[in-house]
Amino acid sequence: MSRERWANLGVILVALAIPLVAVLADEQFYLTLAARMAVLALAAVGLNLILGLGGLVSFGHAAFFGVGGYVAGILASHAFNMEPLAFGIAGSNQMIVVWILAVLCSGLLAFLIGLVSLRTAGAYFIMITLAFAQMIYYFAISWPAYGGEDGLSLYSRNQFPGLDSEDGLQFLLICYGLLALALFVFVRVRDSRFGAALQAARQSEVRLEAVGVEPYRIRLVAFVISGMITGLAGALYADLNRFVSPSMSAWAISGELMVLIIIGGVGRLFGPVAGAIIYVALEYYLGGITERWQFFLGLILLGVVLFARGGLIGWMGGRLKHG
Amino acid sequence: MALFIEQLLNGLQLGVMLFLMAAGLTLIFGVMGLINLAHGSLYMVGAFACAAAVSATGSFWLGLLASLIGAALLGVLIEIVVIRRLYRGDHLDQVLATFALILILSEATRWVFGSFPLYLNIPPILSGSVPIIPGGGAYPVYRLAIIVVGVLVALGLYLLISRTRLGMRIRAGESDREMIAALGIDIRTLYTIVFALGAALAGLAGALVGPLQSVQVGMGEPVLILAFVVIVIGGIGSVKGALIGAILVGLIDTLGRFLLPKLMIAIVDPSAAAGISAALASMLIYIFMAIVLAVKPRGLFPA
Repeated sequence: MSRERWANLGVILVALAIPLVAVLADEQFYLTLAARMAVLALAAVGLNLILGLGGLVSFGHAAFFGVGGYVAGILASHAFNMEPLAFGIAGSNQMIVVWILAVLCSGLLAFLIGLVSLRTAGAYFIMITLAFAQMIYYFAISWPAYGGEDGLSLYSRNQFPGLDSEDGLQFLLICYGLLALALFVFVRVRDSRFGAALQAARQSEVRLEAVGVEPYRIRLVAFVISGMITGLAGALYADLNRFVSPSMSAWAISGELMVLIIIGGVGRLFGPVAGAIIYVALEYYLGGITERWQFFLGLILLGVVLFARGGLIGWMGGRLKHG
Repeated sequence: MALFIEQLLNGLQLGVMLFLMAAGLTLIFGVMGLINLAHGSLYMVGAFACAAAVSATGSFWLGLLASLIGAALLGVLIEIVVIRRLYRGDHLDQVLATFALILILSEATRWVFGSFPLYLNIPPILSGSVPIIPGGGAYPVYRLAIIVVGVLVALGLYLLISRTRLGMRIRAGESDREMIAALGIDIRTLYTIVFALGAALAGLAGALVGPLQSVQVGMGEPVLILAFVVIVIGGIGSVKGALIGAILVGLIDTLGRFLLPKLMIAIVDPSAAAGISAALASMLIYIFMAIVLAVKPRGLFPA
C-alpha cells in the first residue's frame, strides 16, 4: 500500500470514529459536527474536481452550494404549504427528488457560468467566477418570494425512505453515503480517459490540443460535474440546518471551500475530507477558546500556503506522481 | 428629468469610487502579476484610520491624510512580510494567502475597534447641496467633491505613469520584468512602491465613502468584487480600462436600479414589477460583464 493510501485510511478511521464516540458518550452534538464536516467535504470534493484535477481556480462554487440549498428549501416550503410550484408541479419533501432537482439546477447554472468563464483563464477565471457567485448572492437577497435577505426556514428535514432523517445518527449516515458516492465519482472521473484529458489540460493546454482534444469542452463538462456535486452538498446543508439563506452563496463560502482543499491537499482524493475534519475541528475548538478564531485560522492558512504546500495528505502521503 | 440627472451623477460618483479601487488592483496585477484579495481590507483600514483620526483630532482632512498614510504603511508591511513571497507562486497560492490576510485583518480590526459600525460626518465646508441640476434640483456638495477627487486622481495617475521616472519604471515592469532588473533597477523596491500606491488609493476610497455609509468590518469585500468586475470589463492591467470600466459599471448599476422599475411596470403588473426589477437590477452589471466577455474575452482594453 502506498503512503497516500495509509493516509486515506487514517482519514476514514477518524471520520468513522466520530459517530462511534458520539454514540458511546451519548453526545448528539458530535453527530451534528460530523454531519457538517461531511457536507462541507462533499461540497469540496466537487470543487476539488475542477481545482485539483483541472487546475482551474473557481472562486464561485458558493453559487452552486446556494442554488442546491434553495432548491431544497423551495421544494420543501411548497410541499409544506401544499402550493404547487410553477406549471402545476408539486413541491416535494422527498430527499431523492430534492437531490435530483438540486443536481440538475446547479448543473445548469454551472453550464451557463462555465460557458462564459471558461473562455478565459488564470486571474480572469478567478475574478469572473467570483463575480457570478456574487450575482447569485445579490439575486437571492433581492428576490422577495422566498424570504429575501432573511432566508427561508424548513419546517422539518426532508425525508429519505426507510430512514428517520430527524435522527442525528441516521442523517449522518445519509451524509456519509453521499460523500462516499461523490468520492467514488471523483475516482472514476480521475482514472477515466476524460480525467486524463482534464489533467493533461492542466499540465499543458498546447500538448492536449496537439493530440486533437479541445480543452474547452473537457473543462466545461468537468465544471458542470463539479457544480452538480457542490449543489448536492448545498441541498444536504439545507436539511442539516433546516434553513437556507443568501449567505450560502456569499464569497466567504467559496473561500472556505478552497481553504478546506488546500489544508487537506489539492487534487488528492481524500484532501477535501481531511481538510473538512481539520476545519470543523478548528472552528469548534478555536471557536470555543476565542471569539477571534478566524484570526488564527488566517495565520494557519498563511503558514500552509507559504511553507507547507500539499496540505495534510501531501505531508503524510508524499509527493504527487504527476504534480 | 432632474431625478435622472441626479441618478446620473450618483452613478458617476460610484464609478469614480470604484476607479480608486480598481486602479490599484489593476496596477498591482499589471506590474507584479498578483491577484490581491486583501485590497478590500486596505479599503476598510483606510476608512477606520480616517474615523480614528477624526475622532482624535476632529478634522476630516487629517482623517483623509491618516487613511492615505495608514493604508500605504499597512501595504508596505504586508508586501514585505507576505506578498513578496507570492510573486513566483501560482494564482491559487495568491488567492489563498490574500484570503488569509482578509481573515487576519478583519478580525484584527474588530479586535481594535469593536464590532459596532462607526459613523463619519461630512466636513462642514462640504455639507449641504448646490442647485446645479436644470429644473431646480440640488445635488449634495460632498458627492460632487468625490467626483472631483476621482477625476484629479485619474489625472494624477496618468501624469505619474506617462511623465515621471517612476512611471517609466512601472511601464517597463509591466512589459518586461527581467529586462528592467537586468538594467540595474531595484525591482523589489519598485514592487513595494507600486503596492503601497495601490493600497493608498484603496484607503482613500474607503475614507471618502466613510461619511456616506457606515464604517464597519466587512465593508471592503463587496466593493472588491465590484472592482474585479470593473477590471475584468476594462482589461486586467490597464489603468485606462479601469477608468472606463468603473464609470460604465457605476452608471449601469445606478441607472439600472432607477430605470428598470419604470420599465417593468409597463410590461408586467405592478405588484410583481417591484420584485422582478429589484432582482434584475442587482444582476445587471454581471450580465453586462458576461456580454463584454462574450465579445472580447480579454476585456475592452487588453493590456
